[in-house]
Amino acid sequence: MKNQMRLEFDSVSANEAFARVTVAAFMTQMNPSMEEVADVKTAVSEAVTNAVIHGYHGEVHKITITGEIEDDWLMISVEDQGVGIADVEKAMEPLYTTRPELERSGMGFLFMEAFMDEVRVESQPGKGTSVFMKKRIGRREA
Amino acid sequence: MKENMRLENGILRIRVPEELDHHSAAQISAQADALIKKREVREVVFDFSETLFCDSSGIGMLMGRYKMMQALGGTVRAVEVQSRVERILLLSGVMKMIPVERMKRGERV
Repeated sequence: MKNQMRLEFDSVSANEAFARVTVAAFMTQMNPSMEEVADVKTAVSEAVTNAVIHGYHGEVHKITITGEIEDDWLMISVEDQGVGIADVEKAMEPLYTTRPELERSGMGFLFMEAFMDEVRVESQPGKGTSVFMKKRIGRREA
Repeated sequence: MKENMRLENGILRIRVPEELDHHSAAQISAQADALIKKREVREVVFDFSETLFCDSSGIGMLMGRYKMMQALGGTVRAVEVQSRVERILLLSGVMKMIPVERMKRGERV
């Protein structure tokens, strides 16, 4: 099975729900468990929230999500053209946040990594950030 | 609008929405903080009975209110937590600071 989608929307916080629900709808054709859908929704919500808060600092620009299904793999990318991340490794450390005043818990990447099988971040200061995530769906545990 | 906060005898009970993300957490935090600053609140109770989705922004909201109430000599609790939200709370380590009660009734799916 192969399928692709692409979604572009404004970086406003109301679209965080729109983004995760849309990705959840896209993956239903993979016949996922409720747990798998919840995992993907959380990961997408974290990546989109990062783009809204950190990437664009609350300014309204575009966020792009692409989704791809290849057999039992779901691949999602969340991209912004915002400020970028100078030190990706540091940004992915649990509890690390650049915006404690906004009550960021520093757990966004922790949750993405906990709920997806693979998380990769590409970022360039001044150019933007792309988060690539993969998850195998329907892997029944014995 | 549906009432989502009630202050009675110094206890502020907050009904957390079905989806707790950055968008809704920011609204709840602002609303709660305005009350906490203005009135005497000794305990904040987050009622999660309707909540099916929570991400790290929800953790930030809980931690923020916890710190605020601690500074004021008060407490924070989370009650009626369903399994998905419980998983998030467990993973975050927030349960070491904030008492969390699971939902007692049969869970809504």
